[in-house]
Amino acid sequence: MAMTLTEKILARASGRSHVDAGETVWVDVDILMTHDVCGPPTIGIFKREFGDDARVWDKNKVVIIPDHYIFTADKYANRNVDILRAFAAEQDLPHFYDVGGDRYKGVCHVAMPEEGFTRPGDVLFGTDSHTCTAGAFGQFATGIGNTDAGFILGTGKLWVKVPETMRFIFEGEIPPWIMAKDLILQIIGDIGVDGGTYRAMEFAGDGVMRMDMEGRMTLTNMVIEGGGKNGVVEPDEVTFDYVRKRTDYPFTPLYNDPDARYHSVRVYRSEELQPMVAKPHSPDNKATVQEVRNTRITRAYIGSCTGGKITDFEAAARIIKGHQVGVDTFVVPATTLVRDQLSTTFHDGKSLRQIFEDAGAHIGEASCAACLGGPSDTFGRLQGEEICISTTNRNFPGRMGSKKAQVYLASPYTVAASAITGKITDPREYLNIPTESQGVLS
Amino acid sequence: MKKTIKGAAFVIGDDIDTDQIIPAEHLVYSLDDPEERRFYGRYALSGVPEPVSGLPRGHIPFTGEDDFTSPYKIIIAGKNFGCGSSREHAPFALQVAGAEAVVASSYARIFYRNAVDGGFIIPYESREDLTSVISTGDEVEIDGEQNLLINHTTGQNYPLNELGDVLAIVEAGGIFQYAARNGML
Ligand code: SF4
Repeated sequence: MAMTLTEKILARASGRSHVDAGETVWVDVDILMTHDVCGPPTIGIFKREFGDDARVWDKNKVVIIPDHYIFTADKYANRNVDILRAFAAEQDLPHFYDVGGDRYKGVCHVAMPEEGFTRPGDVLFGTDSHTCTAGAFGQFATGIGNTDAGFILGTGKLWVKVPETMRFIFEGEIPPWIMAKDLILQIIGDIGVDGGTYRAMEFAGDGVMRMDMEGRMTLTNMVIEGGGKNGVVEPDEVTFDYVRKRTDYPFTPLYNDPDARYHSVRVYRSEELQPMVAKPHSPDNKATVQEVRNTRITRAYIGSCTGGKITDFEAAARIIKGHQVGVDTFVVPATTLVRDQLSTTFHDGKSLRQIFEDAGAHIGEASCAACLGGPSDTFGRLQGEEICISTTNRNFPGRMGSKKAQVYLASPYTVAASAITGKITDPREYLNIPTESQGVLS
Repeated sequence: MKKTIKGAAFVIGDDIDTDQIIPAEHLVYSLDDPEERRFYGRYALSGVPEPVSGLPRGHIPFTGEDDFTSPYKIIIAGKNFGCGSSREHAPFALQVAGAEAVVASSYARIFYRNAVDGGFIIPYESREDLTSVISTGDEVEIDGEQNLLINHTTGQNYPLNELGDVLAIVEAGGIFQYAARNGML
């Protein structure tokens, strides 16, 4: 019987030759990831249920990446990192990326691929809803809560309901002013914030397969904003090349059967795509940039797991170079590697860091920073009635710190162009591409 | 699992996300420490914008400013309740506040899983949107045998979906209890 990629991974992980969408199965977990917000309660549950002296099921399969509330004076937040530290020492965990040392990474969903934990065909659970990012590598990856994570710590197993798959196909070459963020904002706007609930969302077509891994990660990252359980892209040479450079660990890639059954298939023609935003206060509140152009903003933010990768900053720098930002602009590299790359990646002879500094942007430390608000001293946090345009993934009320603020989500191109003018701006204006030439603007 | 849950209803709308259920800035409190964990009850649903907090009139806090528990026992919501982050603090906060069930027309899956596997609160699905037919403060009752929501204030009854696949875990009180009962631990 034909299966989708997601069904095949769950069949393999549950030791079966076949599973159907809708079945509940118990799977063996390849990797469990946790961070500073959900790690401490997960550890608490693990100890409560399995005893103070219990050992984790497999220390090589547990990855702990503090990233959320790092650079803060908040005593509770700092205590959380202490709890992780003590647990990693007690359990002798090899994959703990402590704060303050050389091993510190930053945002977990970008650090996971960097460290080789996102392997095709594997099953990854993480105590963070954007764990779905790793689906870009052809892995089954989804977010869970602390109780489930505590259960996995002790047993290495979890129940999961096999999801149906919604397929999103992008045909044809994607125009150079369009970024992966525009694709996923379009999709979420089309299906709504619960349009993918309980389902896998697969991205396919030559438009997607021509993307680098970082572009694909931007797509799968925001599957949860459509309510999806996991996002997935079939692995290919681009995937293998990325993964093999970072780990020797063996993996077995899996693919859709040709006659696999899908919940639905939506086909987009890439050439028709427009730069998109999600207006306040929901990721599905879509508009084209043209529809909201000239809307006044008071802040721009480039960062997070979906919009703080090196390719995101390369895109932003291409637009910002030679200009001054017209509003407070915050640049937050997702990881310490991305931070370093800001200094070693050049555009027209200038490092990205230099470009952002010359433009008057503020550059922060690698972490989640203001993507989820955080303690009041968090870098870039919204404190009042700001109108912010951001490369992050959520704009729910209060998400970036202030319930009175308004957040527009957009691609790094669009955020950079808007940062310069202080108004929502079509990136084509700064890429020397006439906005009228498209013929599809209404 | 309680077969009957009875108490005052608190009504909110669609797409209530985890930041509205428990704002991210409050996630730093210990979930175990008896003094600290009470704050989850105080701040439960505090992120819901005031005009839509406690429908139809709004401007009703779920938990009073100086309180740690809520006078409301059953939360009535629209679609996609609990969307957003994977934080288990969300169903936990509702439980600490004293709520025992949510009745929503649909749920975001991580919240649903967390509510069930942690044994925090029972997530019932209503067949239709109840947010316009029930008012905050109405005396309501969930009959878990017949899968019915009874509004004693108006005398109306509404059908609920069966818990289905997760019933065994809800009855056991969570995934650990379920696994223990089934010889998995
Ligand atoms: S960057 Fe934002 S979305 Fe990503 S893990 Fe951190 S808080 Fe979550």
